[in-house]
Amino acid sequence: MLGYLVKRIGSMAVTLLVIITLTFFLMHSIPGSPFNEERATSEAVQKNLESYYHLDEPLYVQYFLYLKSVATFDFGPSIKKSSQTVNEMLGRGFPVSFELGMVTLIVAIFSGILLGIIAALRHNGFIDYLAMTVAVLGISVPNFVMATLLIQQLAVTWEILPVATWTSPKHMILPTLALATGPMAIIARLTRASMLEVLTQDYIRTAKAKGLSPVKIVFKHALKNALLPVVTILGSLAASILTGTFVIEKIFAIPGMGKYFVESINQRDYPVIMGTTIFYSTVLIIMLFLVDLAYGILDPRIKLHKKEGK
Amino acid sequence: MDKVLEVKDLHVSFKTYGGEVKAVRGVTFDLHKGETLAIVGESGCGKSVTSQSIMRLIPEPPGKFDGGAIIYKDNDLTKLKESEMRKIRGSDISMIFQDPMTSLNPTLTIGDQLTEGILQHMKLSSEQAKKVAIDMLDLVGIPSPHVRLKQYPHQFSGGMRQRIVIAMALVCQPEVLIADEPTTALDVTIQAQILELFRDIQKKTGVSIILITHDLGVVAQVADRIAVMYAGKIVETGTRREIFYNPQHPYTKGLLNSVPRLDVDGADLIPIGGTPPDLFSPPAGCPFTARCPYAMEVCDKMYPYKTKLTSSHGVDCWLQDERAQKLLATK
Amino acid sequence: MALRKHQEPQTQSSIPDDWFVPIKKNESDAEAVVRPSLSYWQDAWRRLLKNKLAMMGLFFLSFLTFMAIFGPIISPHTVDYQDLVNQNLSPSSEHWFGTDELGRDVFTRTWYGARISLFVGIAAALIDFLIGVIYGGIAGYKGGRTDHYMMRVIEVLYGLPYLLVVILISVVMGPSLATIIFALTITGWIGMARIVRGQVLQIKNYEFVLASKTFGTKTGRIIRKNLLPNTMGPIIVQMTLSVPSAIFAEAFLSFLGLGIQAPLASWGSMASDALPVILSGDWWRLFFPAFFISLTMFSFNVLGDGLQDALDPKLRR
Ligand SMILES: Nc1ncnc2c1ncn2[C@@H]1O[C@H](COP(=O)(O)OP(=O)(O)OP(=O)(O)O)[C@@H](O)[C@H]1O
Ligand code: SF4
Ligand SMILES: [Mg+2]
Repeated sequence: MLGYLVKRIGSMAVTLLVIITLTFFLMHSIPGSPFNEERATSEAVQKNLESYYHLDEPLYVQYFLYLKSVATFDFGPSIKKSSQTVNEMLGRGFPVSFELGMVTLIVAIFSGILLGIIAALRHNGFIDYLAMTVAVLGISVPNFVMATLLIQQLAVTWEILPVATWTSPKHMILPTLALATGPMAIIARLTRASMLEVLTQDYIRTAKAKGLSPVKIVFKHALKNALLPVVTILGSLAASILTGTFVIEKIFAIPGMGKYFVESINQRDYPVIMGTTIFYSTVLIIMLFLVDLAYGILDPRIKLHKKEGK
Repeated sequence: MDKVLEVKDLHVSFKTYGGEVKAVRGVTFDLHKGETLAIVGESGCGKSVTSQSIMRLIPEPPGKFDGGAIIYKDNDLTKLKESEMRKIRGSDISMIFQDPMTSLNPTLTIGDQLTEGILQHMKLSSEQAKKVAIDMLDLVGIPSPHVRLKQYPHQFSGGMRQRIVIAMALVCQPEVLIADEPTTALDVTIQAQILELFRDIQKKTGVSIILITHDLGVVAQVADRIAVMYAGKIVETGTRREIFYNPQHPYTKGLLNSVPRLDVDGADLIPIGGTPPDLFSPPAGCPFTARCPYAMEVCDKMYPYKTKLTSSHGVDCWLQDERAQKLLATK
Repeated sequence: MALRKHQEPQTQSSIPDDWFVPIKKNESDAEAVVRPSLSYWQDAWRRLLKNKLAMMGLFFLSFLTFMAIFGPIISPHTVDYQDLVNQNLSPSSEHWFGTDELGRDVFTRTWYGARISLFVGIAAALIDFLIGVIYGGIAGYKGGRTDHYMMRVIEVLYGLPYLLVVILISVVMGPSLATIIFALTITGWIGMARIVRGQVLQIKNYEFVLASKTFGTKTGRIIRKNLLPNTMGPIIVQMTLSVPSAIFAEAFLSFLGLGIQAPLASWGSMASDALPVILSGDWWRLFFPAFFISLTMFSFNVLGDGLQDALDPKLRR
């Protein structure tokens, strides 16, 4: 296990390094960016930039110094809002985004798994078709469209929910719904497929031969095995929820990180783009790592395998 | 002798893309108390379907029960409600499947898998159930069972897993144990150990066993009686002695000839030529006609009547007709 | 005796004596195959035809393709003609899908956008396929160290957050059709490369097995019967599913202002341009592009699912 951890953390570090490097050099290669010679920014901003990025040093020195500051979680200044640093933006935005993301993830996981199980147990029945049609529709509608439709119907036409912002639990319903639909649909489809697969396994027949009730067979014997594949996609799902927050936060005017990120893209606020990208990547890589660990805990075969492979 | 289980004229089919597979076409046999009945036959002849039908474990769809009766303790199992059937599964009749590698749940400890059957059928606390499980593991020859209880299936070898599967089938002291090719997936030495275990357990518990196999070597070691199955029908039944020393059905003879024997010179080992008929449209006559060296016109036209040679020996073959006997004699 | 075959004698003694003669065997009878044997592809196609949802998807896709080609042609309006008198009209017989805030015809723009969206999706899928086949093919074929390092590279790339990289590239290169396709394919090919590599490894195994058994003559047959189905199935499915995900990603980029830029239009850019006005009641601006994005996604997804089932050799019976 320890050997595995070390190896896994090593490869996480490599991926992160690739991202930082990529970001750094891409940003520096843009003609007209504040990192290049022709500078089109204000005096104050220029000073901030120079002190943070060491722009007077050779490029490779800049790169290593940048690595160093990133390693100490210092992402530098903004060039559009001269009084702000990326860290401050993250500090303000992250908790909100995190809340939105987590609530969405939980909603998506629970409703998706439930839908998938029901569909699998009613295989080829009406409920199965209904659930899967809903799921395919969920995958098919872009989340910004979903968000707009929800606002249009529930907030504007029926006026039962607030249109925007993130101030009370009631405000959370629409954004969460809009953001959760896609991931929920993906989970539901995957759960159904893997449940159907598991239900044909020999050990399910063994369980039936013991005289266990269908409920016990499904929840004790089938579910855990069926959920293993679902766990493996949680990482990429987290990624899609995260990018989804850009859209949702902007539409619902939620003061999260995603909103800052989108603004920084629109304004070409390069240091913020850099910092945020790296921060997001770190979060995602950690998510993937946690998913791997969870998988190892859920599937007893994995643990031993890694132990042996040490 | 006491009959514990009677299967009467069982018919089972499967709906597939290619059409309806008539997998079991009128199987009749009975099982006596404390005996081992072996059902033998080539791959695909319907052995597993027969055995799973007894437990009502055929997935429907695609499977379909087309008629017959399965009498256990004056009840026709085919007519029981699913909830009543559940009470019988695992407690009165239990089953061991072919592949020990896949018949245990990889994500549950074997202790969990052993005790859940006990808890389902017997009024025991989980502590007591654990004790029963440990005793059972001990009985099937798993060393230090209380430690092993906490382990997962992948931590056991194939032979060990099959022992566990056997223990699982026996924890509720069933009257009937159906073992579907319990040794096919194992290597020869382990196979012998497992068969030994079957004999032991039968002596200790008096369980009646239906042993399904296509390995006549296994049959010779443990069976009291033998039912030979071909293309969804039982074509010959008899005691081990009758089948091995006085086989009547040409298919039985063929099977025996295709098994290496230590008592006879191994030289003339003849496999049966050809393949079993397609069960999508099984022939009206004897299904062995196309492969049978003795086949007559009548074989193609009609399925043979059952002939009783002794109280225990029966065979479905036209050769038993006296006219055929004359024909043979003139040859 | 005049007994016909299906009138069975009722008792054993009533069976005619002349039935007890050795049977004349028809050799070919024993070998006759009763079940019609279909080739893998015929079988797969037959199963796909049976899948109503997949057929629906196929139908919609044909319709969308048709309209993408002919829609702008049959429309009396041009894509970017700005009719400032007729702004924000709701759908009518003159403007079937209404007009936008510059008075442009939404119907024309929708099908024009279809061209771009479908082009982006298909181009991305094709490029993914090409790179994937080459990369995966080399890794699988060379094996050993080469394979090891090539897979390491894939591992690292796989850890990269896909859309973030796409955003980054688009920011740096500036929005254009080429940028979008390039950005989408930067990590998009990984899935394909993995599949191809796996299949190539399998082929190598087959060849090894075959060579060692000197079954040389049958290699062609085995490749056709076993390998191609196993290989092509996952590849086709992967391609089917990567088209809609590219279209989706393009829509996302459009939302961020990094997508197709005016005067060009894609469904994504039309939908995201329409977002601010939706609350004022101009529903048609969002509805049409969003509906067709969803329809495309839906069709590709159900078609992909259907193909997956139809091409899965395991499910063959
Ligand atoms: N789930 C199923 N769907 C369709 N056909 C089936 C199914 N299960 C069994 N069959 C068919 O029923 C027939 C009998 O199968 P069965 O499994 O009983 O054979 P068997 O005698 O146990 O053979 P083996 O020795 O290979 O285990 C076969 O022709 C098989 O194709
Ligand atoms: S009935 Fe005829 S074909 Fe069948 S086994 Fe007997 S002799 Fe052979
Ligand atoms: Mg079997």
